[in-house]
Amino acid sequence: MAHTAAGDGTAFRAPPSTLPPTRWHRLSAEWAGDRQVFDGASWRKAMIWVFLLSDTFVFGCFLIGYMTVRMSTSVPWPKTSEVFALEIAGKPWPLLLIAIMTFVLISSSGTMAIAVAFGYRRRRRTTAFLMGLTALLGATFVGMQAFEWTKLILEGVRPWGNPWGAEQFGSAFFMITGFHGTHVTIGVIALLVIIRKVWRGDFDTGRRGFFTSRPGGYENVEIMGLYWHFVDLVWVFIFALFYLW
Amino acid sequence: MSDAITGPQDGSALLPEADELYHPHSWWTRYVFSQDAKVIAIQYSGTALAIGFVALILSWLIRLQLGFPGLAAFIGPAEYYQLITMHGMIMVVYLLTAVFLGGFGNYLIPLMLGARDMVFPYLNMLSYWIYLLAVLVLVVSFFAPGGPTGAGWTLYPPQAILAGTPGQEWGIVLMLISLILFIAGFTMGGVNYIVTVLQARAPGMTLMRMPLTIWGIFTATILALLAFPALFVGAVMMLLDRLLGTSFFMPAILEAGQRLRYGGGSPILFQHLFWFFGHPEVYIVALPAFGIVSDLISTHARKNIFGYRMMVWAIVAIGALSFVVWAHHMYVSGMNPYFGFFFATTTLIIAIPTAIKVYNWVLTLWRGDIHLTVPMLFAIAFIVTFLNGGLTGLFLGNVVVDVPLSDTMFVVAHFHMVMGVAPILVIFGGIYHWYPKVTGRMLDARLGQVHFWITFIGAYAIFFPMHYLGLLGVPRRYYETAGLGFVPPSAQSLNAFISLVAFVVGAAQVVFLFNILRSLKHGAPAGGNPWHATTLEWQTPETPPPHGNWGPTLPVVYRWPYDYSVPGAPEDFLPQNQPDPAHAGAVP
Ligand code: HEM
Ligand SMILES: [Cu+2]
Repeated sequence: MAHTAAGDGTAFRAPPSTLPPTRWHRLSAEWAGDRQVFDGASWRKAMIWVFLLSDTFVFGCFLIGYMTVRMSTSVPWPKTSEVFALEIAGKPWPLLLIAIMTFVLISSSGTMAIAVAFGYRRRRRTTAFLMGLTALLGATFVGMQAFEWTKLILEGVRPWGNPWGAEQFGSAFFMITGFHGTHVTIGVIALLVIIRKVWRGDFDTGRRGFFTSRPGGYENVEIMGLYWHFVDLVWVFIFALFYLW
Repeated sequence: MSDAITGPQDGSALLPEADELYHPHSWWTRYVFSQDAKVIAIQYSGTALAIGFVALILSWLIRLQLGFPGLAAFIGPAEYYQLITMHGMIMVVYLLTAVFLGGFGNYLIPLMLGARDMVFPYLNMLSYWIYLLAVLVLVVSFFAPGGPTGAGWTLYPPQAILAGTPGQEWGIVLMLISLILFIAGFTMGGVNYIVTVLQARAPGMTLMRMPLTIWGIFTATILALLAFPALFVGAVMMLLDRLLGTSFFMPAILEAGQRLRYGGGSPILFQHLFWFFGHPEVYIVALPAFGIVSDLISTHARKNIFGYRMMVWAIVAIGALSFVVWAHHMYVSGMNPYFGFFFATTTLIIAIPTAIKVYNWVLTLWRGDIHLTVPMLFAIAFIVTFLNGGLTGLFLGNVVVDVPLSDTMFVVAHFHMVMGVAPILVIFGGIYHWYPKVTGRMLDARLGQVHFWITFIGAYAIFFPMHYLGLLGVPRRYYETAGLGFVPPSAQSLNAFISLVAFVVGAAQVVFLFNILRSLKHGAPAGGNPWHATTLEWQTPETPPPHGNWGPTLPVVYRWPYDYSVPGAPEDFLPQNQPDPAHAGAVP
């Protein structure tokens, strides 16, 4: 079977749209039309959205579960502003570390978004550099999380108990931040894989993936970005519901 | 409706899509680590049916104990709990869900929609292998120290992880790990099914021209992707409770006079998570069955489906409503009465779209040219059985009626009718219907008839009397009822009768297995379209369809899938890819 040469994913893209321009007409024409509902959206992009929707429900259930046990437990909840304080120059700074972590993660969303833009301009090196920065910020986030875990563990927090109050505090903390941290870590690894491909020019030459034997495209950078922004967004909810409440 | 499609398009313009097909290089990548949805479908179905047979044997052992208490010395109370737990869990998750979505979904979605394969073949392959791993972990739990878990298929904590529940050592841990694996594997398949339906249909295949089978599988997949997360989270939390000693689901508990170190958790939280998954799960197995049955009925009654659009909207409505009824499983768990009121109301509302579907099936049959082929027999049997189970569901959906019936055999009868027997009948019907496409040979019809009548009449003989037992007050999940003052001795004779029938029905499945294996070699050659069906999978250039399904050009779709008995048509049906506008059937 002949393979198309273009490695930028043209092969995956639908023929040019013939849909009417106005929004509502377009919407109904898309849903009433044949072949595809989301005109021009590639399969991978549709896939990541579906996956993220499912993952939203996972995090939603984790957070609802946490809020339920927080209400069901009869022992007072530890004061998060005190627990998550850093001692600097003899003074406690509530939520300082978390604030920095949040800042780092949000910044990484920024660098990721710029990387996507440069990707579509086929600026290989700039894209790879910005993604590298994203990965670095992500790794910093995970590192600070590891620091926070260590600090709490040294202070006696365990999944099954802690010195200050309801044991569900430690359970929920380790479970939720652990699950989110795993997401970030997976994201960093995926970033590294894609950086390698961008740097090598795989998306220009149409080199095929090792596992899927399909050519990639700069759209992969955007898909990576969608995942990354999602993980950031989830953090905002964790921050608000776990640390600020 | 079809304004987006103007005139016949040349399918060959779409050839680049073939670029995305993975081309196997060796026997291994062709038949074992295959990325072809059709092979994956067979792998999924084979594995699911195999583990389903295990669950069938378990049900024999359950019936052995219930019908003839004490006869089998190796079934003590603990073993009994392990039997019902593994039986229920395997049947619901590892058999029904896997067969409908992994099996029928993989085989039919690309073929019925005119695609060459699923959109992510590699991920699709992984999905199967992770499913297989989940099944293996489940099987391992049978041999683990302490045996499999006996917590009931609902796995309610606290008891699921406390000493005294069989399988507390390893069984429950392996069960939860297996479920987590199953969900991970399913998600990989699920994104495939969704994106294939949304983005990879053949030219001319609009959503409203999709066969109802696809609508059912598609909607069920959406439900699964949104419902399984709740089970996933529940499983993770329970694993932590069991292994790390957290107390997500564990309140303060005394065990044998000792205060356990758990405290402050919420057992009800697990029930909410479980049933937020568990109720949609009923529809995850029911919606594909609805869809398949619609197509079987229409094809074998040579009549267009009655009210196609209504059928589609009913599927979608049922899917949406299934997310707001879950707590009807918790009427006796202790809830705010207003919640009971809410959930009873939503539950009864689901009866409306469901009833629409039943009416439409019957109206499709009405004055149709009914061919009592084996698939048709199973389809009609489904309608009767499902109707029956649905009607008892109306009883159980009402709080005041449910409270005395909860945890009795009436519930067992209800859910076996509605989500046990009914979907299984459709699976059988579907296999008799599509086997010719998969293998190129017909299944033997006489053996099929024998299989059908024994299974159908037998299933009624087994489960119908259970309603009565339930009304008598015979409790569910009881190792024995002897000595319960409120259960009359006659119940025991009925139990013995049920068990005898269950043995016969179980044994009759060997006929089916034999038929499947024998027909591989000796079945009558089927040709490409033995049922004269309209949908695309019957119009493939070769049977069984080769890798890539369609040869050089994709099919182009011109009509809906139900153009049967079209006046003036050369045959009594018009395939979906038949252009001839002179004989165009009903819109759409
Ligand atoms: C061969 C036909 C079958 C027979 C004879 C059978 C029989 C039984 C019996 C006797 C029980 C235990 C009742 C109790 O003591 O509480 C049971 C439980 C159950 N069965 Fe079946 N069954 C069959 C098929 C199925 C199928 C196809 C499904 C699929 C949905 C299914 C799902 C369940 C579930 C979910 C339970 C509840 C387990 C629990 O209480 O934890 N069964 N079955
Ligand atoms: Cu339900």
